[in-house]
Amino acid sequence: MRKILLFIPLFVFLILGVFFYLQLGKDTQYMPSALIGKNVPNFKLVSLETDQVLTQADLPKRAYLINFWGTWCPACHIEHPFLVELAEQGVILVGVDYKDEKALAEQWLVEKGNPYTMILMDELGHFGVDLGVTGAPETFVVNRAGQIVYRHQGPISAENWPEIRGYLQ
Amino acid sequence: MLPEIGQFSLILSLFFAFSLAFVPLFGYWANNRLLLEMARPLTFIMSFWVLVGFVILTWSFAIDDFSVLYVSQNSNSQLPIWYKLSAVWGGHEGSLLLWVLILAGWCSVVALKIKTLPKDIGPIVLALLGIISTGFLAFLLFTSSPFIRLLPNTPADGGDLNPLLQDFGLIVHPPLLYMGYVGFSVAFAFAVAALITGNLSSSWARWARPWTAASWAFLTLGITLGSWWAYYELGWGGWWFWDPVENASFMPWLAGTALLHSLAVTEKRGVFKSWTVLLAIFTFCLSLLGTFLVRSGVLTSVHSFAADPTRGVFILVLLFLFVGGSLLLYAIRAAQVRSTVSFGVTGREAWLLLNNILLTVLTLTVLLGTLYPLIFDALGLGKISVGAPYFNTVFTPIALLLIVFMAVGPLSKWHHTKANVFLWPCFVSAALSIFLSAAVIFIYELNFIAWLSLTVVFWVVCLSFSDWFSKVSAGTKGIIPRARQLPRNYYGMLLAHLGIVVSLVGIVLVSLNSSESLLRLSPGDSANVAGYEFRFDALEQVRGPNYVADKGHFTAYKNGELVAELHPEKRLFTTRQQVMTEAALDAGFTRDLYISLGEKLDGAAWGVRIYVKSFVRWIWLGGLMMMAGGLLAALDKRYKRRVGAANA
Repeated sequence: MRKILLFIPLFVFLILGVFFYLQLGKDTQYMPSALIGKNVPNFKLVSLETDQVLTQADLPKRAYLINFWGTWCPACHIEHPFLVELAEQGVILVGVDYKDEKALAEQWLVEKGNPYTMILMDELGHFGVDLGVTGAPETFVVNRAGQIVYRHQGPISAENWPEIRGYLQ
Repeated sequence: MLPEIGQFSLILSLFFAFSLAFVPLFGYWANNRLLLEMARPLTFIMSFWVLVGFVILTWSFAIDDFSVLYVSQNSNSQLPIWYKLSAVWGGHEGSLLLWVLILAGWCSVVALKIKTLPKDIGPIVLALLGIISTGFLAFLLFTSSPFIRLLPNTPADGGDLNPLLQDFGLIVHPPLLYMGYVGFSVAFAFAVAALITGNLSSSWARWARPWTAASWAFLTLGITLGSWWAYYELGWGGWWFWDPVENASFMPWLAGTALLHSLAVTEKRGVFKSWTVLLAIFTFCLSLLGTFLVRSGVLTSVHSFAADPTRGVFILVLLFLFVGGSLLLYAIRAAQVRSTVSFGVTGREAWLLLNNILLTVLTLTVLLGTLYPLIFDALGLGKISVGAPYFNTVFTPIALLLIVFMAVGPLSKWHHTKANVFLWPCFVSAALSIFLSAAVIFIYELNFIAWLSLTVVFWVVCLSFSDWFSKVSAGTKGIIPRARQLPRNYYGMLLAHLGIVVSLVGIVLVSLNSSESLLRLSPGDSANVAGYEFRFDALEQVRGPNYVADKGHFTAYKNGELVAELHPEKRLFTTRQQVMTEAALDAGFTRDLYISLGEKLDGAAWGVRIYVKSFVRWIWLGGLMMMAGGLLAALDKRYKRRVGAANA
C-alpha cells in the first residue's frame, strides 16, 4: 500500500506534463469575444466612400467579415493584399477604418486597392469599443442571420484563413 | 571570429558536462575510485568553458558587435555601457546562458567544498549537477544559441534593449533570482544522491542545509527586488500582481521555505525522511517549472517576452527527464525508509510538521491558481483568468495562520514540550499584542483587518523576544556572553521571522491606509492628497541618451513646508518608438509619495496619478531581513566542519 502511495507524486507530475504538452504552441493571447452568438451592435457611422450615414440596416444580408483596420497600423499593411485576394474570390468584407484620418485612408485605398463592399469611419473608436476590439487588425465573422460567430485578432493570412472560412459558412 | 570561439567554448562545455554526468556515476557503479574522483576536475573544466562563453558574449555587447543576432536584437550603440552589459541577459538566449553560468558557479562551489562530504556522495552530487548542466547546455546550443551571426548583412545598429529592462532593478533581478532557482538544484542533487546510494540517513539533510539556506536567501532577495522594480517602474504603484511569472518565482520560495524547515527536522531527529526528499525534488521541480512557464509561452504574462513552442517542448522534455526520473527513483527507493523515531504532539517536530503542511498548502494554492486557466483551457472549457481576488481570499488566511504558529514553534523543544513553556509567554504576548494593536488602530483610525494583522505582528515580536530572552537568561553566565554563544542559525531564524512580520506591516498598511488619486492637472495647478499639497510647477522637454522625455516638476508640501521635489517623466525611446512612464518617488520610512504622468490631455493638462503609500518600504525591508537571516543560517559554523569531525 505504502509503495503505491509513493508513486502518486510521479503520476500527478505525468498528468500535469500532459496538460503542458497539450497547451504548447497554442496562442495564449487569444481571447474569445463576449459577443459570440449576438447581433452586431447598433451603430450610426459615416461611410468613407459616400459620406452618408450608415446603420446596421445597411449591412450585407449574407455572411460577411467585419475588418478593423487603420493606415497607422503596421500589421494592416501586411494584411491588406490578402484581403484584396479574398475580395476577388467573392468574400464580402465590411471595413471599419479605425481611429484614422479620412484623407490618409482614401489615399491608402487608391494605392493598395479597395477590397471592401462598404467602409465605416470610426474616427473616435466608439464602434470598436462596442465590439470590444483590442487593436487593429481585428476581424469578426458575421453569419447570414446577422450574428457574430467568430473573432480573429491580428492579420488574416493564408495560414489562418481556412479556419476563419470555416466560420463563414 | 570571437563569437565563433564563444560558440565553440559552449560546445566544449557541453562535452565536459556530459562527461561529468556519466564518468562518476559509472565509477560508482563499477566501484572505480579514479573515475569517481574525475568529478572534481571535470566540474572545473566545464565551468571554465561556460565562463569563457559568457565573457565572449558580454564582450560582444561591450564592443557593439551587431553581426551577432542576439546583440543586434537587444542592444544599441546609444545604450549606456552598464545597460549594454546587463543586456546580456535582456533576452532569452542570454538569460539562459546566465542560468547555465550560475549553475556552473554552484557546481564549482560544491566541487571546492567536496572535502566536507563523504567520498561517494560528493562525486555523485556533482554528476547529478552535471546531468542538469548537460540538459541546459544542450537546450542553449540546440534551440537558442546566443552566437548566431548576421553575416554578411550586418545591421548598422541594434534594435535596443527593451526600455522596461533599462533599469538598475533589472540589472540585478535576474541574476539573483537565478542564483536562487539554480541553487535549489544543489539540494535536489543531494536528495537524489541519497536515493541513489540508498544512504537515506539524516546526514544528507545536514549537507543540504547550508546550500538550501543560501539559495533561499538569494531567491528572497531576487523576489524582493522584482517587487520593488515593479513598484517604481510599472507606474501604477502596485508591488505584487499575482502574475503567473511572479507566482513561478514565489512557488519555489514557498516550497524552499518548507524544505529549510523540514531539513532541520530530518537532520536533528531523523524523522520525515522521505517527505524531505520529496520536498527537495518538489522545490527544484517548481524552479524548473518557473523557467518552463516563462520560456514556453504556455501562460499569458507580461514577462513572456521570448515565447517559442519548440523551446517549450525542449524544456518539457528536460522537466520530464529530471523530475520524472527523480520521482520514479523516489517511488522505488523511498519505500525502504523507515522512521523509527516517534514524537509527541507538543514536540518541535509537530510544530515543524504544521509549518510544512501549511506551506505546502500555500504552495499548492498558488500552483492551482496559476495552472487553473491552463487546465481549464486544455479541457476545452474556455478561457478564464485567475486574478488577485482568488489569491487574496485563499492565500491570506492560511498565511496569517502560519505566521501565528511561526511565533510559537521556536519556543517548543524536540520530542515533547511541557505546557508551561508555552503558557506564560503566549498568554502575556497575546494580551500585550491585542492591547498594542488596538492602540495603534485607535490612533490611526484603521479597520478590523488591520487590527487582526497588527495583533499577529505584535504577537510574533513579543514571542520572538521572549524566546530569545529565555535562552539568554538561563544559566549563570550573564546575558551578553550567552547571547553571543547562541548559534548564527538561531539568529538567522529570528531575523527571518521578524522580516516576515516587517513585510506584513508594510503589506497591511499599504493596502489599507494609502491614498490614490487620478487628477487632471496643468502646470500651475495644485492638488491635495492625504494631507499633502502637490504643486505642478512646470513641464519641460528633456533628452536622454536614447530617449526624449516630458519631465514634470512637482513640489510637495505638508502644512506649508516643502517636503519633496518630484520629477516624473514620460519617456519616448527613439529606437523602439516605445513610451515608458518613469514614476517619481519620494521614499520615506513611514510613507512614499509617488507621482506618475499619465496621458497628455487637451491643452496643457495632463492626467496625473498621485499616491501616498503608508509603510510600503517595510515590505522590502522585511525581504532584506529574511535574506540576511537566510545567509546567517547558511554561514553557521556547524556546517564548516569536515566529515570526520562531524562524526566524532
